[in-house]
Amino acid sequence: MLDMIGIDSIEVRKVQQLSEIDGLIIPGGESTTIVKLLNMFDFVDDLKLHVESGMALWGTCAGMIVIARELADPYPTPINLIDIGVSRNYFGRQVDSFEAELNIKGIEGDPMRAVFIRAPIVQSTGDNIETLATVPATDDHPEQAVAVKSGRVLATSFHPELTRDTRLHSLFVQLAEDARIDENRTNAKRRLTEEPASKV
Amino acid sequence: MSTSTNGAAGAQRWKEMSKPEVGDWRVKGGLAQMLKGGVIMDVVTPDQAKIAEDAGAVSVMALERVPSDIRRDGGVARMSDSDLISGIIDAVSIPVMAKARIGHFVEAQILEALGVDYCDESEVLTPADNEYHIDKWQYKMPYVCGARNIGEALRRIGEGAAMIRTKGEAGTGDIVHAVTHARQIQADIRTIEHAPTEELMTLARDYGAPYELVVEVARTGKLPVVNFAAGGIATPADAALLMQIGVEGVFVGSGIFKSSNPAKMADAIVRATTHFNDPDMLAEISRGLGDAMPGIEANKIPEDEQLQTRGW
Repeated sequence: MLDMIGIDSIEVRKVQQLSEIDGLIIPGGESTTIVKLLNMFDFVDDLKLHVESGMALWGTCAGMIVIARELADPYPTPINLIDIGVSRNYFGRQVDSFEAELNIKGIEGDPMRAVFIRAPIVQSTGDNIETLATVPATDDHPEQAVAVKSGRVLATSFHPELTRDTRLHSLFVQLAEDARIDENRTNAKRRLTEEPASKV
Repeated sequence: MSTSTNGAAGAQRWKEMSKPEVGDWRVKGGLAQMLKGGVIMDVVTPDQAKIAEDAGAVSVMALERVPSDIRRDGGVARMSDSDLISGIIDAVSIPVMAKARIGHFVEAQILEALGVDYCDESEVLTPADNEYHIDKWQYKMPYVCGARNIGEALRRIGEGAAMIRTKGEAGTGDIVHAVTHARQIQADIRTIEHAPTEELMTLARDYGAPYELVVEVARTGKLPVVNFAAGGIATPADAALLMQIGVEGVFVGSGIFKSSNPAKMADAIVRATTHFNDPDMLAEISRGLGDAMPGIEANKIPEDEQLQTRGW
């Protein structure tokens, strides 16, 4: 997706690589597995410092669960990089997964086609959270947020990476571009390269 | 955020406006996309499912006996009891897969009713139909199916499978057939990719594959769905080997819970699948794991006793 809009990307597998990037996407997957691997390979402390220093961050679906402040479910323990409370598998199991049209604040033109797969939802938001998109109330659930933003941190319940629509990616690239020219971020990159929080 | 002010009317309007589609192709294949780079483990109890989840499995396959026991016991292997599957669904937060016999569409209906996230129409169970596989388009539940070559893979996709795995030779702990099948599928893809367009119909005939899907493989250079390896993976090195050959994730059947230290083996195979390209890391991961599952040399199994020849 990023190459479609001319942006270079790398797969981050080692904590040192966080100093090479302006923005990190934690994509869909299984949140229990992602949190397990983040802990296994000592990512959490450095990731927090990078985000505090101004690195852009985007969690989609499982990624949103991973970066939340708290989770309504017992697993996993999220790592608290954005002030939202999240509920897993909110719409049900795989057989209840669906697609829908979504209007998103900051996205011009037609609504986006959003793919919800065993998707989570934002149940509570802190003071500095901007809600970008919601799904309306139904008989089963109240109106709830499915896309939120706070500073350079973005979280979405659905999977823009499964469509060909790059508009949300472009919005995220703008956040990463802001990070790239941010002096705090540049200094932090240097500092964290020399002295990572983890001992890997 | 404002709370519900419009209730059912709002829901109706949203549904009309957005025409939500449940269980369509992108939603089905999308879940498999989310499993990429991960390990799916066979489990026979809720406790094993928890061990798998704690080790970092992206999904578990709920079944009554692992393939090596099915092989040893003989007899007819069928879909698992509903209680067993429900117990495992309740025990873990990750998606749960379960197996139906080839062609047994009622077992599949039952699995869908139980809320299973992915159905494996599997040669590990005794086939229910010698001629026909399940029409997988009829379900909201997505399917994974085994394949030994591109023809078999594209036939299953043509029937609606949203994920493919190599068949390998299940229950042996011998990786040789999984390697053979993964390489065969890739070789077939290269043949299609480099063929002039006028040869594609003949290739479709030779492979016994739907023409439209052959054309799609020619255009994209890959299978239209996610492709995992299965059948004989018993060590972290086995998992990394298949990943380096080019599959997108692995199923481990008997390899975890028939090893001497399942929790450790599960953890090591997850790590190895993540860092499959890093020999230093793999060397560390492969330390002190205890005994891998006892194996059977798959090349010595007579063809009529092989599981991979079930289905077509």
